[in-house]
Amino acid sequence: MRRLAPLLILAGIAALVLAPLGQGNYITYTLCSWLIFSIAAMGLNLTLGYAGQVSLAQASFMGIGAYATALLTMAGVHWLLAAPLAMLLCFVIGLALGYPALRVQHHFLAFVTLAFNTLVFLVLRNEEWLTGGSLGLVGIPRPDFWLVSTMKQLPFYYFTLVCFLASAGAMYWIVRSPWGRAFRALRENPVRAESLGLKIRRQTLLAFAIGSAFGGGAGAIVAPLVQFIEPGSFALVHSFKILLMVIVGGSGYFLGPVLGAAVVVLLPELLRGFQDYYLILYASFVIVLMIYSPTGLIGLGAKLAAKFKPAREERRDLQQGAQL
Amino acid sequence: MSDTILSVRNVSKRFGGIRAVEDVSFEVRKGEILGLIGPNGSGKSTLFNCILGQLKPSGGHVTINGVATDGVRPADLSLMGVGRTFQQLSVFPKMTVLDNVILAGQEHHGTMLSRLFSRPDMGLTEEAERLIAFFRLTPYRDTPAGSLSYGQQKLVDAAMAFMAGPEIVLLDEPAGGVNLTMLAHLKERLVAYNREHGTTFVVIEHNMEFVMSLCTRIIVLAQGAVIAEGTPDEIRANPEVIEAYLGG
Amino acid sequence: MAEFLQILISGLAAGSIYALAAVGFTLLWQASQTINFAQGEFVMLPAFFVLIGIGFGLPLWLAVLAALVVSLLVLGVFFKKLLVEPMLPHGTLPLVIATIALGLLMKESVKEFYSATAQPFPSIFPEGTISLFGAVVSWTDVGNLVTAMVAIGALQLFLDRTRTGRCMQATAQNPAVAEILGVNIKRMVLYTFLINAGLSCIASVLISPVYLAKFSNGETIGLVAFIAAIVGGFNQIRGALVGGLLIGVIDNLSAVYVSAQYRAAVPLVLLIVIILVRPQGLLGTSEGRTV
Repeated sequence: MRRLAPLLILAGIAALVLAPLGQGNYITYTLCSWLIFSIAAMGLNLTLGYAGQVSLAQASFMGIGAYATALLTMAGVHWLLAAPLAMLLCFVIGLALGYPALRVQHHFLAFVTLAFNTLVFLVLRNEEWLTGGSLGLVGIPRPDFWLVSTMKQLPFYYFTLVCFLASAGAMYWIVRSPWGRAFRALRENPVRAESLGLKIRRQTLLAFAIGSAFGGGAGAIVAPLVQFIEPGSFALVHSFKILLMVIVGGSGYFLGPVLGAAVVVLLPELLRGFQDYYLILYASFVIVLMIYSPTGLIGLGAKLAAKFKPAREERRDLQQGAQL
Repeated sequence: MSDTILSVRNVSKRFGGIRAVEDVSFEVRKGEILGLIGPNGSGKSTLFNCILGQLKPSGGHVTINGVATDGVRPADLSLMGVGRTFQQLSVFPKMTVLDNVILAGQEHHGTMLSRLFSRPDMGLTEEAERLIAFFRLTPYRDTPAGSLSYGQQKLVDAAMAFMAGPEIVLLDEPAGGVNLTMLAHLKERLVAYNREHGTTFVVIEHNMEFVMSLCTRIIVLAQGAVIAEGTPDEIRANPEVIEAYLGG
Repeated sequence: MAEFLQILISGLAAGSIYALAAVGFTLLWQASQTINFAQGEFVMLPAFFVLIGIGFGLPLWLAVLAALVVSLLVLGVFFKKLLVEPMLPHGTLPLVIATIALGLLMKESVKEFYSATAQPFPSIFPEGTISLFGAVVSWTDVGNLVTAMVAIGALQLFLDRTRTGRCMQATAQNPAVAEILGVNIKRMVLYTFLINAGLSCIASVLISPVYLAKFSNGETIGLVAFIAAIVGGFNQIRGALVGGLLIGVIDNLSAVYVSAQYRAAVPLVLLIVIILVRPQGLLGTSEGRTV
């Protein structure tokens, strides 16, 4: 299995490269949207799945990233500079927001971020001089990479894909570094971890801030994709949506958020007939999933597999590898 | 003076009207294996928590290498060179034994930021393997710690306490629930480690036989106060101790 | 001065309703470590039970009574048995997620199956106003304030003066010891869920005539209730009460004296400031229970 892993990764990338070929603009757009939300959800997975803190502000970080990128690129700054700046901004805001909330326990971060998301929405809507108010910003340029322009949908998809792969690579680096071990330790036995020198609060805060920066990164790609942003796209309900992606896929699993984003972005397309009831179906699905398999779809898959296959020693290793 | 590592001075702890610990003083020299024993309710757990900075003494103070432990957070205490084990099982059950032990060392190297950019094992695998071999756990290197036997998990717990190379290790009832064969092994390994590295141990324990054969010096607490102090042989012969255990 | 007094009283009236939700929130947390993210929706929903009852031709008082029974059943018993109980062994995180989803489910269900627009809701108090030191105060405000205060006062008396109430407090403080003393913990926790459902229903009936019954009402109420609980001190009823009143007054004052646009931001900022400066809340002592 371990030897197969590089092959599987290559196959996955090949599938992503081939996916939009011969498809219409709409499908390509949906694929872009999936990859972008995957980035945001991966960031939240770091906060939630690895560091065990609920953040309900991922959409607002996407918003901050999107508005910052939009304003900078509309002022003539190249996207390659604007996007890292937007991410840095989200990182710093994440630190400032997480610091007080993580001083106290009991999921205070969840409420502080909930409040924060609402605050950001208010600012985006009310500060017309900067954000265009509820009308939003129109005419965000798509990045131009000298030889390649991303004005057409297909090149933009490949641009998004490159960003996605870079983000996934960065996230993989984080969770396989000693940080990954620290996160697992603090999930499994925080008291013991602390007694071994792990500064839980600082570790969690950094995870939250980095996760927020991933949200900002997703926003930096969404702005040129849609070329028009308004406050409503980053309201609280979208934070819930990103949270659902992480949970549905399987929080704490590396590919969980990508799977979750696929379900959340593509499911509405499939449930087109039920469009109005879509959120109801969704919420019910999440409740049932939480009751039967709090570890999400990947956890559910592992559970089912364990039921059909007699347990063997390797299986445990496999599960472990997937979790980290 | 310079070879004193842990100093407990006039420590008292009251909970409401109850005096759990009353004016206890003692010092621990470097390299010693000190046993802290006493019947149930003698205040030894309270004292242990005061030493670890988990409880604030009502009076007096505890210093390790001259630094007061009161209010020091567990992580910082560990970084000060104080290791500990827990009374209950305290491993990371789904992580392999190797990962358990590496984790115990990794937070002591570099900064949090530098750890993000270092190798996954931080070059600690060899050191961790040495400790695992020291406790004769090598066959279980890649086994999730949670699936080991109770006694083996106690050994992993001890290996974790030693991984960061602490100057002093506080062992909270290491013998509790461990079978006799494993107990002999644990004791023998602890003594060997103490000889090799000169690490100071403070052991809090119920099992008299275990303490008598492990420790170089023993302090007996009863009703919150020190009633006897001396070598295992002296303690064994002390009528007050027998009185406290039988009559208490 | 008259204007200020007027704002103050209507702020207290709104705040007392927030306090109802905040008290329920606090009780649930104490009794079962449940952080109910659907608390706002719990206050939103009973109003629609009443409206459905009226739709069937019931008189208002009967509709309210029926709504109370349904609330106790749905928001109390079902919520505990079907959602909280099976999830507690998984730890708090999945439960947090599930209550978020539950809130969404309730909100969307009302939107799809009842109405997406705000519904007028009959007041149980007479129309009209009275004059108090020059301030014009509506009967609704006075009625809301008095009803909410009586409800919270009765709850406090129940918890302090009755055997069941003291058993509930014991359960909240130390379930292990309470069980040894022969308290039926499961039943005490169930009572807590029922009280929360009851308080939510009262709050719903009081607040809906003011803000109209709308599926999205829970968003603000839930957030405000939580802020009230935190501001007051998360682990006691008195704190939740003071927090609720304070938020109500501040909210009304900021609508007039700050800006209508940023009115919603003031309690949020207050929350962040409180967590930063005094995380145990205004009246709270440090957390009574560590897990």
